[in-house]
Amino acid sequence: MDLSAISPTLLVASLMVAATPILLAALGELIVEKSGVLNLGVEGMMITGAICGFAIAVESGSPVLGFAAAAVGGAVLSLIFGLLTQILLSNQVATGLALTLFGLGLSSMLGQGYVGLRPPSVEKLNFGPLGDIPFIGPVLFNHDWMVYVTLLLCVGSWVVLKFTRVGLILRAVGENHDAAHALGYKVVKVRLLAIMFGGACAGLGGAYLSLIRVPQWTEGMTAGAGWIALAIVVFASWRPLRVLLGAYLFGGVTVLQLNLQAAGLAIPVEYLSMSPYLITIAVLVIMSAPRKGGKSRASLAAPACLGRAFHASN
Amino acid sequence: MDERLSIAGEDLLTIEGLTKAYPGVVANDHVSLSIRPGEVHALLGENGAGKSTLVKMIYGLVKPDAGTMTFKGAPFAPAEPRAARATGVAMVFQHFSLFEALDVAENIALGMENPPKMRDLSARIREVSETYGLPLDPDQLVGDLSAGERQRVEIIRCLLQNPKLLIMDEPTSVLTPQEVAILFQTLEKLRGEGCSILYISHKLEEIRALCDYATVLRLGKKVATCNPRQETARAMAEMMVGGELHVPQKTPRQPQDVALEITALDVAARAAFGTSLKGINLSVQKGEILGIGGVAGNGQDELCSVISGEILSPDAKVKLAGAPIGQLGPNARRALGVLAAPEERLGHAAAPDMSLTENALLSGAVREGLQSHGMIDWGKTREFAKQIIQKFDVRTPSPNTAARALSGGNLQKFVIGREIIQNPTVFVVNQPTWGVDASAAAAIRQALLDLAAAGAAIVVISQDLDELMEISDRFAALNEGRLSAPVEAAGLTVDQIGLMLGGAHDLEPAKVAQL
Amino acid sequence: MITLEKRPQPSKLWTAITPVLAVIATMIAGGLMFALLGKDPFIAIRTIFWDPLFNEQFAAFSRPQLLVKAAPLILIATGLAMGFRAGVWNIGAEGQYIMGAISGAAVGLAFHPTESVFIFPLMVAAGALGGFLWAMIPGILKVRFHTNEILVSLLLVYVAEFILASMALGALRNPEGNGFPGSRNFKEYPSAFNAELLPNTGLHWGVVAAIVAVIFAYILFSKHMMGFHIRLAGQAPKAARFGGVEPARLILFCLGTSGALAGLAGLFEVSGPAGQISIDFNVGYGFTAIIVAFLGRLNPIGILLAGLLMALTYIGGELASFMLGVPSAAIQAFQGMLLFFLLAVDVLTNYRIRFGKREVV
Repeated sequence: MDLSAISPTLLVASLMVAATPILLAALGELIVEKSGVLNLGVEGMMITGAICGFAIAVESGSPVLGFAAAAVGGAVLSLIFGLLTQILLSNQVATGLALTLFGLGLSSMLGQGYVGLRPPSVEKLNFGPLGDIPFIGPVLFNHDWMVYVTLLLCVGSWVVLKFTRVGLILRAVGENHDAAHALGYKVVKVRLLAIMFGGACAGLGGAYLSLIRVPQWTEGMTAGAGWIALAIVVFASWRPLRVLLGAYLFGGVTVLQLNLQAAGLAIPVEYLSMSPYLITIAVLVIMSAPRKGGKSRASLAAPACLGRAFHASN
Repeated sequence: MDERLSIAGEDLLTIEGLTKAYPGVVANDHVSLSIRPGEVHALLGENGAGKSTLVKMIYGLVKPDAGTMTFKGAPFAPAEPRAARATGVAMVFQHFSLFEALDVAENIALGMENPPKMRDLSARIREVSETYGLPLDPDQLVGDLSAGERQRVEIIRCLLQNPKLLIMDEPTSVLTPQEVAILFQTLEKLRGEGCSILYISHKLEEIRALCDYATVLRLGKKVATCNPRQETARAMAEMMVGGELHVPQKTPRQPQDVALEITALDVAARAAFGTSLKGINLSVQKGEILGIGGVAGNGQDELCSVISGEILSPDAKVKLAGAPIGQLGPNARRALGVLAAPEERLGHAAAPDMSLTENALLSGAVREGLQSHGMIDWGKTREFAKQIIQKFDVRTPSPNTAARALSGGNLQKFVIGREIIQNPTVFVVNQPTWGVDASAAAAIRQALLDLAAAGAAIVVISQDLDELMEISDRFAALNEGRLSAPVEAAGLTVDQIGLMLGGAHDLEPAKVAQL
Repeated sequence: MITLEKRPQPSKLWTAITPVLAVIATMIAGGLMFALLGKDPFIAIRTIFWDPLFNEQFAAFSRPQLLVKAAPLILIATGLAMGFRAGVWNIGAEGQYIMGAISGAAVGLAFHPTESVFIFPLMVAAGALGGFLWAMIPGILKVRFHTNEILVSLLLVYVAEFILASMALGALRNPEGNGFPGSRNFKEYPSAFNAELLPNTGLHWGVVAAIVAVIFAYILFSKHMMGFHIRLAGQAPKAARFGGVEPARLILFCLGTSGALAGLAGLFEVSGPAGQISIDFNVGYGFTAIIVAFLGRLNPIGILLAGLLMALTYIGGELASFMLGVPSAAIQAFQGMLLFFLLAVDVLTNYRIRFGKREVV
């Protein structure tokens, strides 16, 4: 084993890339959950985004078009969930699962002809001399544009939720949909929009996997990333900037275990590969455990109407 | 009865023939009324009379099936609350439309069309709250506020809109008598500024104190109008009920052995914004009814659960006839004769989608022997359900009907009857007549009195002070999770009760010397 | 304007009709999907739903397959239905299935080459125990730390898959397999082999177990206090507490039972139809069983029928892929669609649809 082969600079730089798909999906889900909806279909929307983005990018030669298609694909798929849960009042847990199962099937069907192809490559942005600063240069100024878009999206979500009226209404709907309705807010409309935003973000996350991170199309390539994104939202106590932290922590674990595999650590590959999942579970446990006063950090921060169906009866 | 002439152009709001039907019930049947500028207009009626539906139509939450409204001489048909607010109608809800996890300023901003910047809004909130004597901190989380303070948030939210008409739906049901007095001062000040108030209540004394005019609804129809200042409470009550009131009579009792005793019990809050119980001391004798009054959300649910066994306690802190039962769960306590009827009928006392038979099994399995070795005897269970239905006059097509298909009063009779029929030795009931019509309420109170006469120890938790005065032997107040020392109910005045509810636990000894 | 109006009580009629409606809607939408793929929709639907049972050429082969595929689905779905009814969402049955297979197989392989009638029963017990313990992880975490069982049980599927890979490549690898991944084949070890009980029927011990599980679940739900408490906890958690249900016990019961049944399904599969532990031993029964549970309205008899139907789509899908070149992934999308339609039409059970007069929504 040769641990000296692991460079901290490369490690940090690549964890940002590894974290981006999950960060995107988790941000989308955060907005959805803030509006009081639990969409467990993140995995299905991600993988659908992955193949939509991949196929369009390959056909058009343009990664940008690919990402746009992925966002649309994810949003359209999420709209099925939205219509079922918001209009037809179906159970959100069951519908989310259905979305994941359907998305996995749909994506592998759509992806029949794309196995083994290479997508058009995405150039890294050139920041000129900034990129030459030791450590900071490679870590911060040597990525593709989606990494920065994702970071902007993260900060943007934080600003919108905390400082704008749109954010206030979104939080109000997730907190108490009956009161929001009584004040005249369109609960269903707000939630449908949030769900579609979440779908678009998950789609982008999936496309980042298939177009940049891997970059290739394989069936089931999201490998649980959507579920980890869901866990990160809990870890972050529904706060955008902590989603960033959670995604980077997770990205760090992933990259580290890959590096350890490459370095030939004496632990079998399978056990290293499962470590991100185990660590995610451990983090969930810590966040959910009740503390003094009887309530856990997670349950205090969760939107009060999360997962509850809304039907205006009067 | 004072019949006013309605003068065209002078009225603020005129309603003509407003009708709204829901499946199976006509909530409003051609209701007409008019409100003058600067008038406090009472809308009076029992639960289910259609008061809430009527104001929801005025506020744009519900669309009328028929009828017209005129506001300041112009046709008025708000499609949504926003439109109503733009016209000058504001509303304070009975169940507050507030967001616990948001702060006061955010809550108020949500009720405004074009809220100013948060900093400016906070300043205005401080200003308005001081003007009207309703102190509030804009940065506090609403979840941390008391019921009275929450109502202030709602009122200030309305006042910032400079309303012409303020609708208040049962505003005093969550207030102590002292808080009610403060609220009335605010309303008087508003009236002085020319704002009209539509005031919904079924509490007659406060309507007599506050209102200029009253419209009485019964079963969706307008049945009377009057000037409340010139009527007796009893006369108005009979307009509401449409007949003479039967008042249950109780007989004096002799002291007996203590049945249930709770000593120095603390319980931590369970929900994010729940109430914790602090140092609860309570004892009830056989054949006695202990009334516990208090504004909702002061620990009533928790206290009920402590007795029912849904919340476990250190063993020796809860005793039944001297034997510790604190660690026993609900079914073990049922076996010993400790039964309960929680407040929330649908979802707590009964499972909404389950049939009455299944709901009979819910709490009757142990004492009625409806199961052996875990196998359910459905035939016996159905018989038990039928017995409850028959003995307590529950109106239902069959025991197979789902609980949520029953009206509130009928379901309440079912869930209370289900426990009474099992012959409890200790019975705790939370809000026995909330949302129940007067005749059913009288029947439930009579059943409780009969049960006590038969020797059961009963704890009645209620927000309805009149009810408690009517049936209790002793009275205690629950305030922020603390229970006052019980006093004899006979001879207790409203002022004394008000002080107890306000957290003043040290009533002057001279007045409670009976104990 | 169409509005929904809550029924005073759930409609029994619609509870029974909705799955049928959903299947019909799925056939129509699926037909459209096949048409888009350039296949004749009628032939495709017939190939999937009719030919496996009645086509003379294929039926002899595919009829026994029906039981083989349906057994694990029914076993798993019966367990899941208990949890789903109680509001305990075990969606990691796939992982419990894998762990049941691994532990059962490990016990069997440990005895190799001893022959004894006790070996297979021991394997069955080990399989159930493996699934049970794997499901206890989300169970105990939920009871002790309030951790969300949906996420934990699902994440553990990926962990189980890596354990499976490591077993197939390491501890359980066939020492005489020339270094190829995968364990010894149970077909060559009679004491541990889950053989067909009647030739050419597909009837093996797993099918028997599935039927027994359905009968037990039926009695549990209709006659037993535990079943009543499960339904109560799912519909009205506060009422359940009032009725004396201890939530922690119920959570552990539901997760444990569903885990054990999933583990059994894995064991019967690995020791019979699959024959060995291999990297790609699991084929998603644990996830498809979720669809089966819902399609069967979380009712044991319904699950029996739904399991058979879903098995049919597997076999028919393979047939359609072989005969018509329909991509095998299309069947997975088809199954997902079925669940969507079921959830969509389910609204009719609890709500009445009204046309005309608009109410404020």
